[in-house]
Amino acid sequence: MNISMTINGKEHSGEVEPRTLLVEFLRYQLGLTGTHVGCDTSQCGACTIHMNGKSIKSCTLLAVQADGQDIATIEGVADADGTLHPMQEAFRDHHGLQCGFCTPGMIMSALAIVDRHKGEDISEETIREELEGNLCRCTGYHGIVKAIAAGAKAMQGGA
Amino acid sequence: MYAFEYKKAASLDDAQGAFKDADDGTYMAGGMTLIPTLKQRLAMPSDVIDLGGIAGLSGITVDGSAVTVGAMTCHADVAASAEVKNAIPALAYLASLIGDPQVRNRGTLGGSIANNDPAADYPGAVLGLGATVHTTAREIAADDFFTGMFETALEEGELITKVSFPIPEKAAYQKFPNPASRYSVAGAFVAKTGDGVRVAITGAGPTVFRATEMEKALEGSFSADAIAGISIPADGLNADLHASAEYRAHLIGVMAKRAVADCA
Repeated sequence: MNISMTINGKEHSGEVEPRTLLVEFLRYQLGLTGTHVGCDTSQCGACTIHMNGKSIKSCTLLAVQADGQDIATIEGVADADGTLHPMQEAFRDHHGLQCGFCTPGMIMSALAIVDRHKGEDISEETIREELEGNLCRCTGYHGIVKAIAAGAKAMQGGA
Repeated sequence: MYAFEYKKAASLDDAQGAFKDADDGTYMAGGMTLIPTLKQRLAMPSDVIDLGGIAGLSGITVDGSAVTVGAMTCHADVAASAEVKNAIPALAYLASLIGDPQVRNRGTLGGSIANNDPAADYPGAVLGLGATVHTTAREIAADDFFTGMFETALEEGELITKVSFPIPEKAAYQKFPNPASRYSVAGAFVAKTGDGVRVAITGAGPTVFRATEMEKALEGSFSADAIAGISIPADGLNADLHASAEYRAHLIGVMAKRAVADCA
Protein backbone atom coordinates (compact mmCIF):
# COMPACT_ATOMS: atom_id res chain seq x y z
CA MET A 1 0.00 0.00 0.00
CA ASN A 2 1.23 3.49 -0.75
CA ILE A 3 1.25 5.80 2.26
CA SER A 4 2.35 9.35 2.85
CA MET A 5 2.70 11.42 5.96
CA THR A 6 4.27 14.59 7.28
CA ILE A 7 7.33 13.82 9.38
CA ASN A 8 9.03 16.69 11.19
CA GLY A 9 7.37 19.09 8.77
CA LYS A 10 8.43 17.25 5.60
CA GLU A 11 6.32 15.08 3.32
CA HIS A 12 7.40 11.46 3.07
CA SER A 13 5.83 8.57 1.23
CA GLY A 14 6.54 4.93 0.61
CA GLU A 15 5.21 1.51 -0.23
CA VAL A 16 4.48 -0.74 2.75
CA GLU A 17 2.79 -4.02 3.57
CA PRO A 18 -0.27 -3.69 5.84
CA ARG A 19 1.73 -5.45 8.58
CA THR A 20 4.64 -2.97 8.46
CA LEU A 21 4.93 -1.16 11.78
CA LEU A 22 5.36 2.60 11.81
CA VAL A 23 8.74 2.24 13.54
CA GLU A 24 9.91 -0.13 10.77
CA PHE A 25 8.81 2.36 8.12
CA LEU A 26 10.65 5.19 9.90
CA ARG A 27 13.86 3.27 10.50
CA TYR A 28 14.27 0.92 7.58
CA GLN A 29 12.54 2.73 4.74
CA LEU A 30 13.17 6.36 5.62
CA GLY A 31 16.45 5.90 7.52
CA LEU A 32 15.15 7.83 10.52
CA THR A 33 16.98 5.64 13.01
CA GLY A 34 16.70 8.01 15.97
CA THR A 35 13.48 6.24 16.95
CA HIS A 36 14.59 3.01 18.62
CA VAL A 37 13.11 -0.44 19.06
CA GLY A 38 13.76 -1.65 22.57
CA CYS A 39 11.34 -4.29 23.82
CA ASP A 40 9.09 -4.40 20.74
CA THR A 41 6.20 -5.21 23.11
CA SER A 42 4.75 -1.72 23.87
CA GLN A 43 6.42 -1.50 27.25
CA CYS A 44 9.79 0.27 27.08
CA GLY A 45 8.89 3.43 25.17
CA ALA A 46 12.17 3.70 23.21
CA CYS A 47 10.02 3.96 20.07
CA THR A 48 7.95 6.90 21.36
CA ILE A 49 7.06 9.48 18.72
CA HIS A 50 4.28 12.04 18.41
CA MET A 51 1.33 11.59 16.09
CA ASN A 52 -0.85 14.68 15.74
CA GLY A 53 0.80 16.05 18.88
CA LYS A 54 0.17 12.98 21.07
CA SER A 55 2.91 10.65 22.30
CA ILE A 56 2.48 7.10 21.08
CA LYS A 57 4.55 3.94 20.75
CA SER A 58 5.49 3.49 17.11
CA CYS A 59 6.15 -0.24 17.60
CA THR A 60 2.44 -0.64 18.28
CA LEU A 61 1.02 1.24 15.33
CA LEU A 62 0.79 0.04 11.74
CA ALA A 63 2.46 2.35 9.26
CA VAL A 64 -0.82 2.43 7.30
CA GLN A 65 -2.56 3.87 10.37
CA ALA A 66 -0.21 6.86 10.17
CA ASP A 67 -1.13 7.53 6.53
CA GLY A 68 -1.97 11.22 6.18
CA GLN A 69 -1.05 12.01 9.78
CA ASP A 70 1.41 14.50 11.26
CA ILE A 71 4.40 12.73 12.83
CA ALA A 72 7.21 14.15 14.97
CA THR A 73 10.34 12.15 15.76
CA ILE A 74 13.52 12.86 17.70
CA GLU A 75 15.21 14.00 14.48
CA GLY A 76 12.94 17.03 14.37
CA VAL A 77 13.55 18.20 17.93
CA ALA A 78 16.89 20.06 17.59
CA ASP A 79 17.22 23.09 15.32
CA ALA A 80 18.36 22.50 11.74
CA ASP A 81 21.78 23.98 12.59
CA GLY A 82 22.29 21.40 15.35
CA THR A 83 21.45 23.66 18.27
CA LEU A 84 19.91 21.39 20.89
CA HIS A 85 16.35 21.85 22.09
CA PRO A 86 16.17 23.04 25.74
CA MET A 87 14.93 19.58 26.75
CA GLN A 88 17.91 17.90 25.08
CA GLU A 89 20.22 20.42 26.69
CA ALA A 90 18.68 19.63 30.08
CA PHE A 91 19.29 15.90 29.61
CA ARG A 92 22.96 16.68 28.95
CA ASP A 93 23.24 19.04 31.92
CA HIS A 94 21.52 16.76 34.43
CA HIS A 95 22.96 13.39 33.51
CA GLY A 96 19.67 12.31 31.97
CA LEU A 97 21.33 9.61 29.92
CA GLN A 98 24.08 7.07 30.12
CA CYS A 99 24.04 4.57 27.24
CA GLY A 100 21.51 6.72 25.40
CA PHE A 101 19.32 3.96 24.03
CA CYS A 102 16.13 5.07 25.80
CA THR A 103 16.89 8.78 25.33
CA PRO A 104 14.95 9.52 22.12
CA GLY A 105 11.82 8.01 23.67
CA MET A 106 12.48 9.80 26.96
CA ILE A 107 12.80 13.15 25.18
CA MET A 108 9.61 12.60 23.17
CA SER A 109 7.74 11.63 26.36
CA ALA A 110 9.25 14.61 28.20
CA LEU A 111 7.98 16.98 25.51
CA ALA A 112 4.53 15.36 25.77
CA ILE A 113 4.55 15.86 29.56
CA VAL A 114 5.36 19.55 29.11
CA ASP A 115 2.62 19.84 26.51
CA ARG A 116 0.04 18.22 28.80
CA HIS A 117 0.88 20.60 31.65
CA LYS A 118 1.26 23.88 29.81
CA GLY A 119 1.76 26.78 32.19
CA GLU A 120 1.94 24.53 35.26
CA ASP A 121 4.75 23.93 37.68
CA ILE A 122 5.32 20.22 36.96
CA SER A 123 5.99 18.23 40.12
CA GLU A 124 8.51 15.44 40.45
CA GLU A 125 5.62 13.10 41.23
CA THR A 126 3.87 14.01 37.97
CA ILE A 127 7.05 13.46 35.97
CA ARG A 128 7.66 10.05 37.56
CA GLU A 129 4.03 9.01 37.09
CA GLU A 130 3.96 10.07 33.44
CA LEU A 131 7.23 8.28 32.67
CA GLU A 132 5.40 5.03 33.36
CA GLY A 133 5.69 4.08 29.70
CA ASN A 134 9.45 4.64 29.35
CA LEU A 135 12.10 2.32 30.75
CA CYS A 136 15.74 3.21 31.41
CA ARG A 137 18.14 0.50 32.54
CA CYS A 138 21.14 2.75 33.27
CA THR A 139 20.36 5.88 35.19
CA GLY A 140 17.86 4.85 37.84
CA TYR A 141 15.67 7.68 36.48
CA HIS A 142 16.86 10.30 38.95
CA GLY A 143 18.84 12.28 36.38
CA ILE A 144 16.04 11.94 33.84
CA VAL A 145 13.45 13.30 36.27
CA LYS A 146 15.71 16.24 37.15
CA ALA A 147 16.40 16.85 33.46
CA ILE A 148 12.71 16.93 32.58
CA ALA A 149 11.93 19.32 35.43
CA ALA A 150 14.75 21.63 34.28
CA GLY A 151 13.88 21.24 30.60
CA ALA A 152 10.25 22.08 31.32
CA LYS A 153 11.27 25.24 33.18
CA ALA A 154 13.59 26.26 30.34
CA MET A 155 10.82 25.69 27.78
CA GLN A 156 8.41 27.76 29.83
CA GLY A 157 10.97 30.57 29.83
CA GLY A 158 12.14 30.16 33.42
CA ALA A 159 15.65 28.72 32.75
CA MET B 1 3.01 -10.81 12.13
CA TYR B 2 1.30 -12.95 9.54
CA ALA B 3 0.20 -11.03 6.45
CA PHE B 4 -3.32 -9.59 6.36
CA GLU B 5 -5.40 -7.23 4.28
CA TYR B 6 -5.92 -3.77 5.79
CA LYS B 7 -9.08 -1.79 5.34
CA LYS B 8 -9.71 1.66 6.79
CA ALA B 9 -13.45 1.92 7.28
CA ALA B 10 -15.10 5.22 6.41
CA SER B 11 -18.34 4.51 8.27
CA LEU B 12 -19.97 1.89 10.49
CA ASP B 13 -21.75 0.41 7.44
CA ASP B 14 -18.47 0.30 5.58
CA ALA B 15 -16.79 -1.49 8.50
CA GLN B 16 -19.57 -4.04 8.87
CA GLY B 17 -19.60 -4.64 5.11
CA ALA B 18 -15.86 -5.27 5.11
CA PHE B 19 -16.24 -7.61 8.08
CA LYS B 20 -18.94 -9.59 6.26
CA ASP B 21 -16.86 -9.83 3.11
CA ALA B 22 -13.75 -11.01 4.93
CA ASP B 23 -12.95 -14.70 5.44
CA ASP B 24 -11.84 -14.10 9.00
CA GLY B 25 -11.89 -10.39 9.66
CA THR B 26 -11.16 -8.52 12.86
CA TYR B 27 -11.96 -4.98 13.85
CA MET B 28 -9.22 -2.73 15.20
CA ALA B 29 -10.01 0.17 17.54
CA GLY B 30 -6.87 1.55 19.22
CA GLY B 31 -4.95 -1.64 18.52
CA MET B 32 -3.27 -1.70 21.92
CA THR B 33 -4.18 -5.36 22.42
CA LEU B 34 -4.64 -6.42 18.80
CA ILE B 35 -1.26 -5.29 17.45
CA PRO B 36 0.79 -7.02 20.21
CA THR B 37 -1.36 -10.13 19.66
CA LEU B 38 -0.65 -10.05 15.91
CA LYS B 39 3.06 -9.47 16.55
CA GLN B 40 3.19 -12.59 18.70
CA ARG B 41 1.36 -14.52 15.97
CA LEU B 42 -1.38 -15.40 18.42
CA ALA B 43 -3.98 -14.36 15.85
CA MET B 44 -4.11 -14.72 12.09
CA PRO B 45 -6.99 -12.60 10.75
CA SER B 46 -7.45 -12.42 6.98
CA ASP B 47 -8.45 -8.76 7.25
CA VAL B 48 -7.88 -6.01 9.81
CA ILE B 49 -10.66 -3.42 9.63
CA ASP B 50 -9.50 -0.15 11.15
CA LEU B 51 -12.25 1.81 12.90
CA GLY B 52 -9.96 4.83 13.44
CA GLY B 53 -11.30 6.83 10.51
CA ILE B 54 -15.00 6.68 11.33
CA ALA B 55 -16.38 10.07 12.27
CA GLY B 56 -18.61 10.52 15.30
CA LEU B 57 -17.40 7.57 17.36
CA SER B 58 -15.35 9.55 19.84
CA GLY B 59 -16.31 12.25 22.27
CA ILE B 60 -17.86 12.73 25.67
CA THR B 61 -21.28 14.18 26.50
CA VAL B 62 -22.64 14.76 29.98
CA ASP B 63 -26.26 15.48 30.83
CA GLY B 64 -28.04 15.53 34.18
CA SER B 65 -28.22 11.78 34.54
CA ALA B 66 -25.44 10.17 32.49
CA VAL B 67 -21.95 10.44 31.07
CA THR B 68 -21.89 9.09 27.52
CA VAL B 69 -18.54 8.16 26.02
CA GLY B 70 -18.07 7.34 22.33
CA ALA B 71 -16.58 3.90 21.66
CA MET B 72 -13.43 5.27 20.02
CA THR B 73 -12.71 7.82 22.78
CA CYS B 74 -9.19 7.22 24.06
CA HIS B 75 -8.43 6.70 27.73
CA ALA B 76 -6.35 9.91 27.90
CA ASP B 77 -9.38 11.97 26.86
CA VAL B 78 -11.62 10.40 29.51
CA ALA B 79 -8.90 10.79 32.18
CA ALA B 80 -8.39 14.48 31.33
CA SER B 81 -12.04 15.45 30.81
CA ALA B 82 -13.16 18.15 33.23
CA GLU B 83 -16.77 17.11 32.62
CA VAL B 84 -16.11 13.47 33.51
CA LYS B 85 -14.06 14.48 36.55
CA ASN B 86 -16.97 16.58 37.70
CA ALA B 87 -19.77 14.08 37.04
CA ILE B 88 -18.10 10.71 37.79
CA PRO B 89 -14.58 11.35 39.15
CA ALA B 90 -14.06 7.59 39.64
CA LEU B 91 -14.46 7.03 35.88
CA ALA B 92 -11.80 9.60 34.99
CA TYR B 93 -9.54 8.17 37.71
CA LEU B 94 -10.00 4.63 36.40
CA ALA B 95 -9.07 5.76 32.88
CA SER B 96 -5.94 7.44 34.25
CA LEU B 97 -4.74 4.12 35.69
CA ILE B 98 -4.79 2.20 32.40
CA GLY B 99 -1.37 1.33 30.97
CA ASP B 100 0.85 4.38 30.46
CA PRO B 101 0.42 7.78 28.75
CA GLN B 102 1.32 6.47 25.29
CA VAL B 103 -1.11 3.57 25.58
CA ARG B 104 -3.83 5.89 26.93
CA ASN B 105 -3.38 8.07 23.83
CA ARG B 106 -4.37 5.13 21.60
CA GLY B 107 -6.44 2.67 23.62
CA THR B 108 -10.21 3.10 23.48
CA LEU B 109 -13.23 2.37 25.69
CA GLY B 110 -14.94 0.30 22.98
CA GLY B 111 -11.83 -1.73 22.28
CA SER B 112 -11.27 -2.44 25.95
CA ILE B 113 -14.75 -3.72 26.71
CA ALA B 114 -15.17 -5.61 23.40
CA ASN B 115 -11.92 -7.44 24.20
CA ASN B 116 -13.00 -8.03 27.83
CA ASP B 117 -9.57 -8.93 29.14
CA PRO B 118 -10.10 -10.25 32.68
CA ALA B 119 -7.49 -7.79 33.95
CA ALA B 120 -8.82 -4.74 32.11
CA ASP B 121 -10.12 -1.78 34.13
CA TYR B 122 -13.03 -0.45 32.07
CA PRO B 123 -15.28 -3.51 32.56
CA GLY B 124 -15.23 -2.56 36.27
CA ALA B 125 -16.72 0.87 35.57
CA VAL B 126 -19.24 -0.45 33.03
CA LEU B 127 -20.55 -3.14 35.40
CA GLY B 128 -20.03 -1.14 38.60
CA LEU B 129 -22.05 1.81 37.33
CA GLY B 130 -24.66 -0.35 35.58
CA ALA B 131 -23.86 1.29 32.26
CA THR B 132 -25.61 0.67 28.96
CA VAL B 133 -23.55 -0.45 25.95
CA HIS B 134 -24.94 0.94 22.70
CA THR B 135 -24.14 -1.03 19.56
CA THR B 136 -24.96 -0.95 15.88
CA ALA B 137 -27.84 -3.34 16.63
CA ARG B 138 -29.17 -2.65 20.12
CA GLU B 139 -28.61 -1.51 23.69
CA ILE B 140 -27.05 -4.01 26.08
CA ALA B 141 -27.19 -3.70 29.88
CA ALA B 142 -23.82 -4.09 31.59
CA ASP B 143 -25.14 -7.07 33.56
CA ASP B 144 -25.71 -8.91 30.26
CA PHE B 145 -22.63 -7.70 28.38
CA PHE B 146 -19.64 -9.49 29.93
CA THR B 147 -20.22 -13.20 29.44
CA GLY B 148 -16.82 -14.82 30.08
CA MET B 149 -13.07 -14.57 29.69
CA PHE B 150 -12.52 -12.47 26.53
CA GLU B 151 -16.22 -13.09 25.76
CA THR B 152 -19.05 -10.59 25.45
CA ALA B 153 -22.67 -10.55 24.31
CA LEU B 154 -21.59 -8.92 21.02
CA GLU B 155 -22.68 -10.89 17.94
CA GLU B 156 -20.45 -11.50 14.90
CA GLY B 157 -19.78 -8.16 13.25
CA GLU B 158 -21.70 -6.07 15.82
CA LEU B 159 -19.92 -2.86 16.80
CA ILE B 160 -20.07 -0.81 19.98
CA THR B 161 -20.90 2.83 19.26
CA LYS B 162 -20.99 4.35 22.76
CA VAL B 163 -21.45 3.60 26.44
CA SER B 164 -23.76 5.53 28.78
CA PHE B 165 -22.71 5.60 32.42
CA PRO B 166 -25.49 6.68 34.84
CA ILE B 167 -24.17 9.28 37.28
CA PRO B 168 -24.05 7.71 40.77
CA GLU B 169 -24.34 9.45 44.14
CA LYS B 170 -20.81 8.28 44.91
CA ALA B 171 -18.34 5.93 43.29
CA ALA B 172 -14.72 4.90 43.63
CA TYR B 173 -12.28 2.49 42.01
CA GLN B 174 -9.32 0.88 43.70
CA LYS B 175 -7.03 -1.65 42.12
CA PHE B 176 -3.91 -3.55 42.96
CA PRO B 177 -1.95 -3.08 39.74
CA ASN B 178 0.61 -5.49 38.42
CA PRO B 179 3.75 -3.42 39.03
CA ALA B 180 5.03 -3.88 35.47
CA SER B 181 1.96 -3.92 33.23
CA ARG B 182 -0.43 -1.90 35.41
CA TYR B 183 -3.14 -4.42 34.61
CA SER B 184 -5.45 -5.13 37.52
CA VAL B 185 -4.42 -8.10 39.70
CA ALA B 186 -7.63 -7.34 41.58
CA GLY B 187 -9.75 -4.22 41.52
CA ALA B 188 -13.04 -3.07 42.99
CA PHE B 189 -15.42 -0.50 41.53
CA VAL B 190 -17.99 0.56 44.13
CA ALA B 191 -20.97 2.76 43.28
CA LYS B 192 -23.77 4.06 45.49
CA THR B 193 -26.75 4.88 43.31
CA GLY B 194 -30.42 5.71 43.78
CA ASP B 195 -31.18 2.06 42.97
CA GLY B 196 -28.75 0.59 45.48
CA VAL B 197 -25.09 -0.28 45.78
CA ARG B 198 -23.06 -2.03 43.07
CA VAL B 199 -19.65 -3.62 43.58
CA ALA B 200 -17.83 -4.85 40.47
CA ILE B 201 -14.60 -6.85 40.74
CA THR B 202 -11.98 -6.75 37.96
CA GLY B 203 -8.80 -8.73 37.47
CA ALA B 204 -9.59 -11.47 39.94
CA GLY B 205 -11.96 -13.74 38.02
CA PRO B 206 -12.26 -14.98 34.43
CA THR B 207 -14.39 -11.91 33.76
CA VAL B 208 -15.62 -8.91 35.74
CA PHE B 209 -18.31 -9.90 38.29
CA ARG B 210 -20.48 -8.37 41.00
CA ALA B 211 -19.75 -9.06 44.65
CA THR B 212 -23.40 -9.40 45.65
CA GLU B 213 -22.78 -10.23 49.30
CA MET B 214 -20.82 -6.99 49.65
CA GLU B 215 -23.57 -5.07 47.87
CA LYS B 216 -26.17 -6.34 50.37
CA ALA B 217 -23.97 -5.47 53.34
CA LEU B 218 -23.28 -1.99 51.97
CA GLU B 219 -26.98 -1.36 51.41
CA GLY B 220 -27.44 -2.00 55.14
CA SER B 221 -24.57 0.25 56.12
CA PHE B 222 -22.36 2.03 53.58
CA SER B 223 -19.03 1.73 55.36
CA ALA B 224 -15.80 -0.22 54.99
CA ASP B 225 -16.58 -1.92 58.32
CA ALA B 226 -19.78 -3.37 56.89
CA ILE B 227 -17.81 -5.55 54.47
CA ALA B 228 -14.81 -6.22 56.70
CA GLY B 229 -16.13 -9.66 57.71
CA ILE B 230 -16.99 -10.84 54.20
CA SER B 231 -14.54 -13.30 52.74
CA ILE B 232 -14.63 -14.05 49.03
CA PRO B 233 -14.11 -17.73 48.14
CA ALA B 234 -10.99 -18.40 46.07
CA ASP B 235 -12.80 -21.06 44.03
CA GLY B 236 -12.92 -20.08 40.38
CA LEU B 237 -10.67 -17.02 40.71
CA ASN B 238 -7.65 -16.62 38.44
CA ALA B 239 -4.34 -18.12 39.47
CA ASP B 240 -1.22 -17.30 37.45
CA LEU B 241 2.38 -16.20 37.90
CA HIS B 242 1.19 -12.82 39.18
CA ALA B 243 -0.98 -14.06 42.06
CA SER B 244 -2.67 -17.16 43.43
CA ALA B 245 -6.46 -17.42 43.64
CA GLU B 246 -6.26 -17.18 47.45
CA TYR B 247 -4.19 -13.97 47.24
CA ARG B 248 -6.64 -12.48 44.76
CA ALA B 249 -9.56 -13.40 47.04
CA HIS B 250 -7.85 -11.52 49.85
CA LEU B 251 -7.08 -8.53 47.61
CA ILE B 252 -10.74 -8.23 46.60
CA GLY B 253 -11.67 -7.52 50.22
CA VAL B 254 -8.85 -5.01 50.63
CA MET B 255 -9.61 -3.16 47.39
CA ALA B 256 -13.36 -3.11 48.09
CA LYS B 257 -12.84 -1.66 51.57
CA ARG B 258 -10.50 1.01 50.17
CA ALA B 259 -13.00 1.89 47.45
CA VAL B 260 -15.83 2.22 49.98
CA ALA B 261 -13.60 4.39 52.17
CA ASP B 262 -12.84 6.56 49.12
CA CYS B 263 -16.56 7.15 48.59
CA ALA B 264 -16.89 8.84 51.97
